[in-house]
Amino acid sequence: MTPLGRLPVPDRIRRRLERQYLIGRAVRRRRVLHAVADRTALIQPKDILAFVTQRNERIRLPYFLDYYRNLGVRHFLFVDNASDDGSSDFLREQADVSLWWTDSSYKRHRFGMDWINWLLLRYGRGHWCLTVDPDEFLIYPHCDTRPLDALTDWLDASGRPSFPAMLLDMYPKGGIEDQIYREGQDPFEIARWFDPANYSISKNQYLGNLWIQGGPRTRAFFSYDPLTGPALNKIPLVKWHWRYAYVSSTHMLLPRGLNHVYDESGGEMASGSLLHAKFLSTFAQKSAEELDRRQHYANSKEYRAYHSGMQRGTTLWCSESREYQDWRQLEDLGLISRGNWA
Amino acid sequence: MSFQVRLGVVLLCHADLDVAARMARIWAEGGARVVIHVDAKVPESRLGPMKAALAGLDGVMYSRRHRCDWGRFNLVRATQDAAEALLHEYPDITHVYLASGACLPLRPIADLIAFLAADPQRDHIESVSAHEVGWAVGGLNEERFTLYFPFDWRRQRWLFDRFVEWQRRLGIRRRLPRGVAPHLGAQWWCLTAETLRLILNDPRRAEFDRYFRLSWIPDESYFQTLVRRHSVDVESRSLTLAQFDHQGRPYQLYDDHIRLLEESRCFVARKAWPRAARLMAHFPRPMTGHADMSPPQPARFQRMINRTVMRRVLGRPGLYMQSRYPRKDAENGKTSAPYAVFQGFSDVFPEFETWLTDRVSGDVHGHLFGPEGVEFAGRPEIGPGAISSNSMLRDHDAQGFLTALIRITTRMQIFQFSPRDNQVLNWFIATDPNAHLIVVTGAWMLPLLQSGMPFDDIRRVTALLQRGEIEQLDVLNSVWVKARVQVHDLSDFLSRPLALLDEAVRQIDPQAAPVTDLPRMRDLTGLDDLLRRLRNSGLRPRLTGDGLPLTNIDDGQRRSAE
Repeated sequence: MTPLGRLPVPDRIRRRLERQYLIGRAVRRRRVLHAVADRTALIQPKDILAFVTQRNERIRLPYFLDYYRNLGVRHFLFVDNASDDGSSDFLREQADVSLWWTDSSYKRHRFGMDWINWLLLRYGRGHWCLTVDPDEFLIYPHCDTRPLDALTDWLDASGRPSFPAMLLDMYPKGGIEDQIYREGQDPFEIARWFDPANYSISKNQYLGNLWIQGGPRTRAFFSYDPLTGPALNKIPLVKWHWRYAYVSSTHMLLPRGLNHVYDESGGEMASGSLLHAKFLSTFAQKSAEELDRRQHYANSKEYRAYHSGMQRGTTLWCSESREYQDWRQLEDLGLISRGNWA
Repeated sequence: MSFQVRLGVVLLCHADLDVAARMARIWAEGGARVVIHVDAKVPESRLGPMKAALAGLDGVMYSRRHRCDWGRFNLVRATQDAAEALLHEYPDITHVYLASGACLPLRPIADLIAFLAADPQRDHIESVSAHEVGWAVGGLNEERFTLYFPFDWRRQRWLFDRFVEWQRRLGIRRRLPRGVAPHLGAQWWCLTAETLRLILNDPRRAEFDRYFRLSWIPDESYFQTLVRRHSVDVESRSLTLAQFDHQGRPYQLYDDHIRLLEESRCFVARKAWPRAARLMAHFPRPMTGHADMSPPQPARFQRMINRTVMRRVLGRPGLYMQSRYPRKDAENGKTSAPYAVFQGFSDVFPEFETWLTDRVSGDVHGHLFGPEGVEFAGRPEIGPGAISSNSMLRDHDAQGFLTALIRITTRMQIFQFSPRDNQVLNWFIATDPNAHLIVVTGAWMLPLLQSGMPFDDIRRVTALLQRGEIEQLDVLNSVWVKARVQVHDLSDFLSRPLALLDEAVRQIDPQAAPVTDLPRMRDLTGLDDLLRRLRNSGLRPRLTGDGLPLTNIDDGQRRSAE
């Protein structure tokens, strides 16, 4: 990934060089970002910030913003990758959104992570930072009664700088396109089903993170080559320090201590989940469009697989799917845990 | 009530002075005298709003400010100074309650006063002998008293740890002041003014202070130890509900704890999350007309906390997830429920799976680890919990596959196994107390009989499978086995199949009806011939046992050779 190649460098030093490379790259490529609405002066010292890259997600944005505002996110920092559906105008008018615009290649900027790493470095220092996509919705233990600051205060008190939230693909019963998603609607009124136990885990020794795969995407779209299925492990909530960098999407970070969000001696640490509202009626159009652009991971293999899947008329729902109720259900299933956050 | 309790409160405040001011107001308006100590680390500028908020309130005073560090003596010093100031200013005080600015009174102060008046000579302070191991959580027990602790644990951790190690190596043991038996207990207490005066005015106080200055976390031992010198009536239970996690950090209280806290009938709880607005508004409960002096009953709340601690420390058995990924042999339960593995039965009885399904309560699967794919019961594409039947996915994380299947299903899981299947979990299953293995060795040979394959192929397959099963038996015969294992060889099994089958079925399901009929057995003709041919081709069949006709012929041959 980095220019280090196959040189015989000890892992510790290699990781440090990699981290410095990622930060340097983010700093160098900040120039492609053009501020459209810079309201970062409004950010208060203890605010929780959200960092989002988006492209043509206009229809999803109202609900997305409201959801995170309710949780207690105080400011949103958006990168708009050359949208043409009016989402840029919509975001510009929001009082708690700062917006940058770029038409550079998503792929050549490490799938947007260079941009996000730069914004995190510049504005995220000392804040709890949530890095999500517009179709990801954070669920954590007690999220129905406690705001996000309660969680971050508790993480602070426990000395934990990062919080894991596994991606949980949600899908509707029946065809993905059958129910039309309307702007402002809760996407989980439609896509309210998920796979309860279909996940495999392996450990990445080099970065210390867990690699979680499985779920409906692997089951339905990647059955011909299941091991290339998408990764579901994510660490979206981090108390940022300028030395930190996301390595690959929000799957893992450097320094590697941030990836150590799991207990290895049998106990459970607190964790949440990102409900993934990807499979809505907007999906087919999106996958066709992304297929044309070829801007996604592994040559848009995912989207190609989805697209062929969609044309076969695949439904993700199966008789073993569970209907989403609340965080307690996810905890009972063992997908998230309250750890010792009583 | 003849005895008149006049309550004084020492309020130690560190951060969140807004909350502390609210608490001070609750105490003062409830009729208590309050002395506030504010950590000297808090800048003077933040003191102003607090003083303004409390201006005009009777019976609130401020004591000399000390810098307070967690686990150091200056916390005790601050308490001493504040208590002295309080007793000096209001000499008529009868009880002093030590609370922090984050301690939330749950019941009306009048309740507390009535409770104290019921037994006015009693000191409410948790005080456990330090020789009783196990009070302190996540820290040193007796060594708090026998080593020197000049370094701050939070800011000088490295020095702290090295210094403790060094003292241990040198065998340093501090001598306790004469006549003092070390006691530990929660930091928050309620003492009678009489006892508190005796402690503060003890002629040997300088000696005690000198000693405790270099002990660790003296705020949990200073008053707890000295109260034993002076008090006649110690109720060793804190009136403040304070729970600590496995690392000794206090739990925070949130809005959703309101009901539990109300049920706990505790007077004071800590520590409230400063922004838990509903919690703060809900407590203290208003007066109900007459003072209620029922004692606290924190058991249910403590149970809830203990459950959470267990979850953090031990976790749920058989769960592997994003925040619980135990190392090998640190699992605290490799799987979540009992399961059974039948090996060789489906080779002897081709319809064994359906036969067993009718007889036991449980999900009877085919070969879950078969090379072609996962044979879930009924052969669905997608198994329980939406687990895929793709063998590549299964083999990618076989342990996760099995544990997830066992955890997501409600009935007992029973599956077939053979040396043809993926062997990667042999150690895992053998060392899992939830596993029940019933093995008929050498049974894998029976399907080869009617396979119609050329003999050379049969010989090669036999060699492979035999080697696989011998390796598996090495595991099952090791001293590390925790599973219940029954191994029969083929000839042994064939000599009394009904009895062994009955035993196996009853063991995995005690409620099952006795087995009276056998499932259809595979045709065994030609087995002896095959075994002889294998032997003659240089491959000794080792797992079928000695009871088969072949052995007789063998004996005859040997005898004739002799």
